[in-house]
Amino acid sequence: MPRGVWFSVGVVLLFVVLPFVYGNHDLLFSMMMYLVLAQGINVLFGFTGYLPFGYVGFFGAGAYGMSLAILLLHFPPFAALIAGAAAAVLVALVLAPLLRLSGAYFAIASLAASEVLYYVISNPHLTSITQGPYGINLAAVYDSSASYAVMVAVLALALGMVVYLRNSRTGLALQAIREEPVSAGFAGVNVVRERTRAWLMSAALAGLAGGAYAWHVSVFYPKPVFDLNISVFAIVFTLFGGVATLSGPVVGTLLLYGLYNWIGISQPQYFQLVFGVVIVALVLFLPNGLVSLLRRVGANVP
Amino acid sequence: MIAYTLSAGLLFGLYFSLAALGLNLVFGVMRLINLAHGDFLMLGAFLAYGLYTVAGLNPLYAIPAEVVVFMFAGVILYYAVVPRLLASHNPEMLSFILLFGLSQIIEALAVIAFGNDERAIPSTIYGSRPVSLFGQTFPVAWVVSAAVSALALLAVYLYLHHSRLGYATRAVMASRDEAAGTGINVHRVSAIALGVGLALAATAGAFSAFMLGSIGPDMGIHITTVSFAVIVIGSLGNPLGTVLGGLVYGLGLMFMETYHPSWADLLPFVLLIVILLIRPSGLLGQRVRLA
Repeated sequence: MPRGVWFSVGVVLLFVVLPFVYGNHDLLFSMMMYLVLAQGINVLFGFTGYLPFGYVGFFGAGAYGMSLAILLLHFPPFAALIAGAAAAVLVALVLAPLLRLSGAYFAIASLAASEVLYYVISNPHLTSITQGPYGINLAAVYDSSASYAVMVAVLALALGMVVYLRNSRTGLALQAIREEPVSAGFAGVNVVRERTRAWLMSAALAGLAGGAYAWHVSVFYPKPVFDLNISVFAIVFTLFGGVATLSGPVVGTLLLYGLYNWIGISQPQYFQLVFGVVIVALVLFLPNGLVSLLRRVGANVP
Repeated sequence: MIAYTLSAGLLFGLYFSLAALGLNLVFGVMRLINLAHGDFLMLGAFLAYGLYTVAGLNPLYAIPAEVVVFMFAGVILYYAVVPRLLASHNPEMLSFILLFGLSQIIEALAVIAFGNDERAIPSTIYGSRPVSLFGQTFPVAWVVSAAVSALALLAVYLYLHHSRLGYATRAVMASRDEAAGTGINVHRVSAIALGVGLALAATAGAFSAFMLGSIGPDMGIHITTVSFAVIVIGSLGNPLGTVLGGLVYGLGLMFMETYHPSWADLLPFVLLIVILLIRPSGLLGQRVRLA
């Protein structure tokens, strides 16, 4: 049995069982959404070192792909969800040349790309197609328990993807690219193909999460699904727990998103302050995240 | 119409050159992208706004205060984090993330201190009679902002090319190690460059109420992206290229706002992506791939 499978099964079962004992299903849903997005960031940033500030662009593309498939093409919700993921992957394919940039250039260029997507989708001139700034209404297909179940499945997929990467040659190849792209190429790793694959996998996760989110809330405006804070949250949750691990993003999301729901909703500026301090402290004192503390004392964490 | 767009583009181009120059200076010296650049500009804007509301001071008088305060802030910030970061495993990425954290802290503190409202300084503070320039009329505030921007750009040029500290700064830009080898105190030069970078951002902030419409604590990230687009167009690490980048951006913005206003918001982002992908060294750059 590959390492980390039991951990993943445990996390998924937790979200299957919790709705029966805890009433705030929207909180559970957004918790899962951020778990998926954090693992998506992990697939890309943790394994390849590309930090996608504009990750939310895929999320928004998924939400809009799903919604427009229902509104314009009259897809049933499940097919529309696949369409949402396909939309995100398509966007990722178009943006694949950005991977030629490195480090901070990539981060800012991807941020610019997600802004472009937002301004195009919310443009009043495209109201007849995307509803422009007026937002999407999917009330006709609203189904809170089916969309919850879908998010559980997406979460399982996200965790499975990271388990796969941590136990496969692909994952090793990606980490080799992160450390030394040139040497990895000499060692026989097809650098361009592997990193593009991680990019597309990561985009598909965000697209699925976006589609499930669109279905779950069913009424939304373009601004919140292209909100930079979604990228920021997912990135910081991942960093906080520890990148390139399975449990790190899970721990990071549960702790920090829990904290957000405790103090952040009513006083977002105080949460943002804590958040910023956490980031600075992490970089200066604990660049490998919380999970690395456990590693240091010799525990074997997935 | 064209004449108006061209001359407004020139005014805004000078302003955006100033707004972005600090970011490029810091990048040139330290090879790190100051993600909190826009937030320092925002703080400069609020300092000018505060002096205006409390003492009725014209933002021009705020500039000396801005320069002193932000020079100090930059030097302190440098010694607090940069030497430690440079010694780490991956300084480029870690400093990027750290400065991002700093930008979150500044924005949060600004919201706590000033609230979330958008503020404005009435642009009639310089008198209500519009100025005539190239046969077109513009608000005085625009012309004053552009003139101060031009003076600040000139000052930076003189500093870099006609002072001992400027020579040292350019030496560090060319090669940190070799500059250290010739006996230049690299840390001191870099700390001052960061201070100058923040002071330039804050000076641009003093006029942002006129040039960007209004000011608010959340304006930082947008300004950082626009500034990054401007310096990438001009050439990263080449402070004078920023002037070209600013003019290209200012003119582009004015043309978009005149002829396709609903798509104008796309401009900095599209320019940024296109330049990064097609000519990452920028319009004035050598053919060295920095990105």
